[in-house]
Amino acid sequence: MTDVLGLGDDALIAAQRLAQWCARAPELEEDVALANIALDQLGTARLLLSYAGEVLGRDEDQLAFLRTDREFRNVLLVELPDRDFAVLIAKLFFLSAYQHLRYGALSSGADERLAGIAAKAVKESAYHLDHSAQWTVRLGDGTDVSHARMQAAVDEVWPYTHELFDEVPELRAPWLSTVDGVLAEATLTRPQDETWKPGGGRQGVHTEALSYLLAEMQVLHRAHPGARW
Amino acid sequence: MTSLHAAVAEVVDPELRVVTIEELGILRAVTVDGERATVTITPTYSGCPAMDVIRADIVAAARRAGYPVVSVVTALSPAWSTDQISATGREKLAAAGIAPPGPAGGSGSAGGSAPAGGPVPVRLSVRCPRCGSPDTEQLNRFGSTACKALWRCRTCTEPFDAVKPL
Repeated sequence: MTDVLGLGDDALIAAQRLAQWCARAPELEEDVALANIALDQLGTARLLLSYAGEVLGRDEDQLAFLRTDREFRNVLLVELPDRDFAVLIAKLFFLSAYQHLRYGALSSGADERLAGIAAKAVKESAYHLDHSAQWTVRLGDGTDVSHARMQAAVDEVWPYTHELFDEVPELRAPWLSTVDGVLAEATLTRPQDETWKPGGGRQGVHTEALSYLLAEMQVLHRAHPGARW
Repeated sequence: MTSLHAAVAEVVDPELRVVTIEELGILRAVTVDGERATVTITPTYSGCPAMDVIRADIVAAARRAGYPVVSVVTALSPAWSTDQISATGREKLAAAGIAPPGPAGGSGSAGGSAPAGGPVPVRLSVRCPRCGSPDTEQLNRFGSTACKALWRCRTCTEPFDAVKPL
């Protein structure tokens, strides 16, 4: 069940970050794209958190809106602030490449309910991966400025990608193979693996960014408990 | 039973109002046990916001058909694919100006060798649903709903929605 809660929280926090871009993206089409990807992530989050909630004796809303930061099990990557559009794209690209592999593996796993959710999500994550990979190439192999900013984003986010593989080290090689291909096409350099590998999200130890995100996401539910449309 | 199935099958998708849930392939089963009816549906996308409306419409349709006790069950597996849209459904979509999807092909879980590394089914051409021209371009992989992409026809210059292969 740790897997289900962790993946559900990844999807929920990623959805909230993506939704913050609505009406702020560089072009209208991108607003639509990011909102669609956020909706997919939210849909998967609801399925996973409903499942986790049945086991934990709480419903999806209680899990999303009434837990504190220490109770969230998402990786740090998804909660990091999107300093600029390049950081958003780097995070989405690394996350989608991971989610695509993870859901693919889980879709043939022993847990039938989780396999059903994963088989649905893997098809959607293929579109997220494709979209973020195209932007990585467009920015990396673009102007001097876009190249520099995309490389800076990749460098900034890279240390946080190690945590993705704490539970599934066997997925890092195929992940690197996808990532390396796109970075090469984008004329970007894969950062060195330094010794600093921030983690702890799966154990509930987060950056301060998560607290601000939760404050915004949870305020309405906490201010008006049980409110209905 | 037959009347219940027929009644439920008439429910239209609230976001693609020209097709029914049966033509869209999201109606999986209709069963009756005594007075209790069970309708099984599957979502197109995990986050499809139309599901709540579809559930309510199914319950209303079943009541009108004389089945007051209805439960609507959501089944995820096997995952919905655009390949499950019927031939009639495709014709109706095209007639409404929405390009129907090409074949989805496979489960989407295999690694791909597409230029950007994504295993997304790529269509070489989508025919314009208005003038029929194959000279079209994709403006955005994501469109007005989760299941559609935004395209434009270079011949008649009309923008249009296309259902994404999934």
